[in-house]
Amino acid sequence: MASTADTPVARRLQHVKHIIIVCSGKGGVGKSSISAQLALSLRSSSPTAKIGILDVDLTGPSIPRMLGLDGHPVHQSSDGWVPVYADGSEARLACMSVGFLLKKKEDSVVWRGPKKNAMIRQFLSDVRWGELDYLVIDTPPGTSDEHISLMEHMAPVASHLSAVIVTTPQAVALLDAMKCLSFTRAVSLPVLGLIENMSGYVCPCCGEISNIFSTGGGQEMARREGLKFLGSLPVDSDLVTLLDAAEISFELLRQYQQTSTAPLFAKIAEEIVRTLSDKET
Amino acid sequence: MIAVQQPVPLPDALQVPSNAPEHCPGTQSELAGKADACAGCPNQDVCASGATRAPDPAVPLVRERMATVKHKILVLSGKGGVGKSTFTAQLGWAFAADEDAQTGIMDVDICGPSIPTILGIASEQVHSSSSGWSPVYVQDNLGVMSVGFMLPSSKDAVMWRGPKKNGLISQFLKDVDWGNLDYLIVDTPPGTSDEHLSIVSYLKESGIDGAVLITTPQEVALQDVRREIDFCRKVGIRVLGLVENMSGFVCPNCKNESQIFKPSTGGGRRLAEDMKVPFLGAVPLDPRIGKSADYGISFLDEYPDSPATTAYLDIIDKIKEQLEN
Repeated sequence: MASTADTPVARRLQHVKHIIIVCSGKGGVGKSSISAQLALSLRSSSPTAKIGILDVDLTGPSIPRMLGLDGHPVHQSSDGWVPVYADGSEARLACMSVGFLLKKKEDSVVWRGPKKNAMIRQFLSDVRWGELDYLVIDTPPGTSDEHISLMEHMAPVASHLSAVIVTTPQAVALLDAMKCLSFTRAVSLPVLGLIENMSGYVCPCCGEISNIFSTGGGQEMARREGLKFLGSLPVDSDLVTLLDAAEISFELLRQYQQTSTAPLFAKIAEEIVRTLSDKET
Repeated sequence: MIAVQQPVPLPDALQVPSNAPEHCPGTQSELAGKADACAGCPNQDVCASGATRAPDPAVPLVRERMATVKHKILVLSGKGGVGKSTFTAQLGWAFAADEDAQTGIMDVDICGPSIPTILGIASEQVHSSSSGWSPVYVQDNLGVMSVGFMLPSSKDAVMWRGPKKNGLISQFLKDVDWGNLDYLIVDTPPGTSDEHLSIVSYLKESGIDGAVLITTPQEVALQDVRREIDFCRKVGIRVLGLVENMSGFVCPNCKNESQIFKPSTGGGRRLAEDMKVPFLGAVPLDPRIGKSADYGISFLDEYPDSPATTAYLDIIDKIKEQLEN
């Protein structure tokens, strides 16, 4: 196995037990929100679990905002960049994003491939993640430079990698999710399963469920392609509001548990933990 | 601390080779082949010889092809899934409703082309003739080009790095037989990267009328739109205006409106004011819009009485007005 290759990325990531890549093909289906929720749920799955979340969406980083960390700077230490901890002194939820490196939040990052590649390599090799149980990687839409770079740089730790595919139920999104699945097959990345997001919306006033982006498409695709269906999540405007709010700090962890999505997601996280620990043994 | 803390210099829009070192000054730069970063690069000799500083041979061809296109509009968003392609399709249909106007839609979202599905022409193929590739026609006066027409199967992933995407975009501009067009609408992928730089640099000489920005009301999307406006200003593209999509949802059961994506920071309207760009309007979320897109039918024609249709038509009128000025 290539895991003996001694690259800076391999040295840094050898202490990370599982690396979960969240991808989707289409944009705006909730990759970042799923990544953030996955990190939060995994963190609460065990009192000692250490989680990292890496945002490689370089031209549209959303993770800092979602975790209430907008405007936090990244510090340099002798042992590399110190990630931003979403839970303060407990330091069990480490976060890194290009968003922390921008001077102003409206600055655009207009980069072509080679620069994105270099930035991703730095994120993987220069960030002092320490020992982690899970590293969740949020990716941009598509199957291009960022994805190819990630796979290339993490080749030495390939045995730790797996992916979660996120889609919404409508045909247009499923088409792109299919492309994303073809990508994971082309690079032999094991897929933990598929999550159908934005599956129905519960009217806050009468409780009627509307299928704004239709429903059931994800489940159908999982069945057809022999993927594990991890679950469907309805549109939860409380969750949107929570992840959108600016000042939450680590109140977020507690507030997240109160949303109606949290228990649904806990099941998904449980399933992921189980699959990964089966893989280990 | 690191490179990103510095104001990001706009990389030269023409291509940086895929095997270039990370601090490649750009093949068009005065420093090409002479900068410290060039040591060891396989392209160093070519760059140093100055051959790469000659203008891209595609640019004059693009200019020639685009000479017969009156208005060129980009649809941009920053964030994904906010409705760029859906809006592009509606805009195309609305322009083409005028029988005397010729409209073209070019989909440069290479990794996730949705335009063929939304326009209901997903199974079509591109044919080539002596005058170039023929676009696929939805109706007599609405031609479409997308990478989606070129894939053997819709399942295939296009795993391309920047330079290859750049190459295809230049072909879309110089090799497609667009004919005389009144409007060419360019649908882009999310973000501000290779595709955007390529389209802007190739069209620079022929001139882009402007960009329509699409957002949803929540701050996470607005953040990306701010970056997109910043991008437009850096590359000197006029912003025709901002459209807020998925703004409010009317429950089909109780008819009460609720905000799925709450505008926690004032939504698109406030952003437009802050950034001094025109606000074109807000389109409410109607589940039938997504459904029409899945079935490839025109929402505007199918549901003329929906409030979303009225909103779309208002916005399209404003865009036309902007184009006249």
